[in-house]
Amino acid sequence: MIKDIIEKIRALTKKSIIFRSSLIAAWAAILFLPFKDIKTAVMMFLSVLIGLSAIFFVRKSNFYQTFLEEFHPDFPHRFRKPALIALLIAFFVSPFILADYYLDVLIISGIYIILALGLNVIVGFAGLLNLGFAAFYAIGAYTYALLNTKLGLGFWACLPLSALSASFAGLLLAIPALRLRGDYLAIVTLGFGEIVRLTLNNWDSLTNGPNGITGIASPSLMNLSLGRLEYFYYIVFAFVLLTLAIIRRVESSRIGRAWIAIKENEIAASSIGINITKYKLYAFTFGTFWAGIAGTLFASKMQFVSPESFTFIESVFILSMVILGGLGNTYGTVLGAFILALLPEVLRGVQLYRMLILGLGLVLLMIFRPQGLLGGGKSVRIRN
Amino acid sequence: MFLQQLINGLTLGSVYAIIALGYTMVYGILELINFAHGEIYMLGAYLVIIFLGIFTAMGLTSANFTLALILSIILTVVFCSAYGFTVEKVAYKPLRNAPRLSPLISAIGVSIFLQNFIMLTQGATDRGFPYRFGEGHLYFLNVDITYLQAMIIIVSGFLMFSLRIFIWKTRIGKAMRATSQDKTMAALVGINVNSIISVTFIIGAGLAAVAGVMVAAYYGLINYFIGYIAGIKAFTAAVLGGIGSIRGAMVGGIILGLVEGLGAAYISSEYKDAFAFIILIIILLIKPSGIYGREIDEKV
Repeated sequence: MIKDIIEKIRALTKKSIIFRSSLIAAWAAILFLPFKDIKTAVMMFLSVLIGLSAIFFVRKSNFYQTFLEEFHPDFPHRFRKPALIALLIAFFVSPFILADYYLDVLIISGIYIILALGLNVIVGFAGLLNLGFAAFYAIGAYTYALLNTKLGLGFWACLPLSALSASFAGLLLAIPALRLRGDYLAIVTLGFGEIVRLTLNNWDSLTNGPNGITGIASPSLMNLSLGRLEYFYYIVFAFVLLTLAIIRRVESSRIGRAWIAIKENEIAASSIGINITKYKLYAFTFGTFWAGIAGTLFASKMQFVSPESFTFIESVFILSMVILGGLGNTYGTVLGAFILALLPEVLRGVQLYRMLILGLGLVLLMIFRPQGLLGGGKSVRIRN
Repeated sequence: MFLQQLINGLTLGSVYAIIALGYTMVYGILELINFAHGEIYMLGAYLVIIFLGIFTAMGLTSANFTLALILSIILTVVFCSAYGFTVEKVAYKPLRNAPRLSPLISAIGVSIFLQNFIMLTQGATDRGFPYRFGEGHLYFLNVDITYLQAMIIIVSGFLMFSLRIFIWKTRIGKAMRATSQDKTMAALVGINVNSIISVTFIIGAGLAAVAGVMVAAYYGLINYFIGYIAGIKAFTAAVLGGIGSIRGAMVGGIILGLVEGLGAAYISSEYKDAFAFIILIIILLIKPSGIYGREIDEKV
């Protein structure tokens, strides 16, 4: 008897889109109900119903299939160079055109681009999921902050030191952690990130605890302070280009190809003579190096650091940039970082919902377009 | 003093153990770190407060507090199980054949989503548990145990025992064990793997809900990010005991609770949360298979 009813409902859900959507919408509304009043739950029901029916209808059409599975936004080759040059010029002249506020936003997105490019080396090229990348960012930022405020060292002297210290921390973590398989490695990096943050938070005598370090100097060049927004913009811009150039070179070198081989199949890679541990260590130290650079830039931009900037959510945020752009795709990563860094500014009106959207976006991206906006790196795309 | 810390640690440890069971069951079957599991526990803590509030408005709490409490707990467990079921269907099931990292990232997305969902609907400030109960004391060997602590330990013990019976003596339990050994083979002998996975999520979420209720009553204060830290600690407990092993989750949870209780008392309470992470890293580096876990070989 009950089985018959269930079977009938099943058949109906298969047949009717509206029925299927309203069942799901009712389920969502019931789950939602205890947390708000009945009115909101009804609105929730209606919006889910409309949204889902629309999605199901679109999914039946061909457009959806072609978009999700065959959409590889490949720019025609002859337009590539002019477009790139135009983009560079646009970024180069923007300080003359844009207001300070937008310049500020661009600087922050530049720092995120460097961070995401660094993380892309680890996650995208070598396939090692790192959930504690903010820790290396923090180490870079705090190294500069401490060397500058306690010892009075300048920006340019500290830059290589903080990059190397982040890199060294990466090496220290990687040596023992690389023996672990994918998701265990992810958890160890997450734990490392939390330990670094808790240490910064509690080591009051050195880091001033949750209050952070203030009065960090801006970069200067031959007694000329480069703290002004325009100058700083060019510094970040130059670093983004430098990072991009170096990472592109490494990507197509022997090392980069070894990383991709390891990501594709570790056992196969080691059987053709690639020293897996060595190349994984390269990936970790090379990726975290850029986190150190980004951290220094961040500290000198804000002139202030506190543990609050380096939480787990920050690590996830950087990871989302890489995933959104396409794991292992360098230009995709730049695009992803740019979009996500700008998003809070675009979504100012709905700022409270920012993280809600980010969480939902991660799930939807994984389900519908795991290769990201521009598609995964070389290895994933099959070329005919 | 030492015995007192031991009891406090044991109370905390049994809560971790209950949450850890959910991690370990899901990992045993799907090899997935269910990052959203901690959030289900957080939902449980919120839901019990919400339902108690509704019953108070209806006048049931003042008439018969025990009944209202029991009804709220049942409703909380039902709702959390529904959430666990839904999370699996929406965020994990479509990714069952995807690369291993995809479901993990999706799980992180769910976790962020649920946290912010609660923050937006329930507010970002701490919520208090509206009633105090079980405040009487037991004195035993100079140790002071509140009724609530005793209740937590007893309920946890009972749940762990029942789960063990369920896994080892019932048909569904048998099917779960078969599925965790080999999904394809289990499907071939007629087990509906999808419903077994759903059952796993429902049981795990129900247990997490009970843990959430107990913590809300025990600490009296909750907020929307308790799930993250408790999730990590319970995961540590699961790894410590050997992930995939039910017995391991219980032992791991209790060990972790004891270490944390004693560590906070004798070493440093500021670094209390760091102990779990340090234990986690050390275990993963030295013996990733944990106390009771099987060694897993890399499959080609």
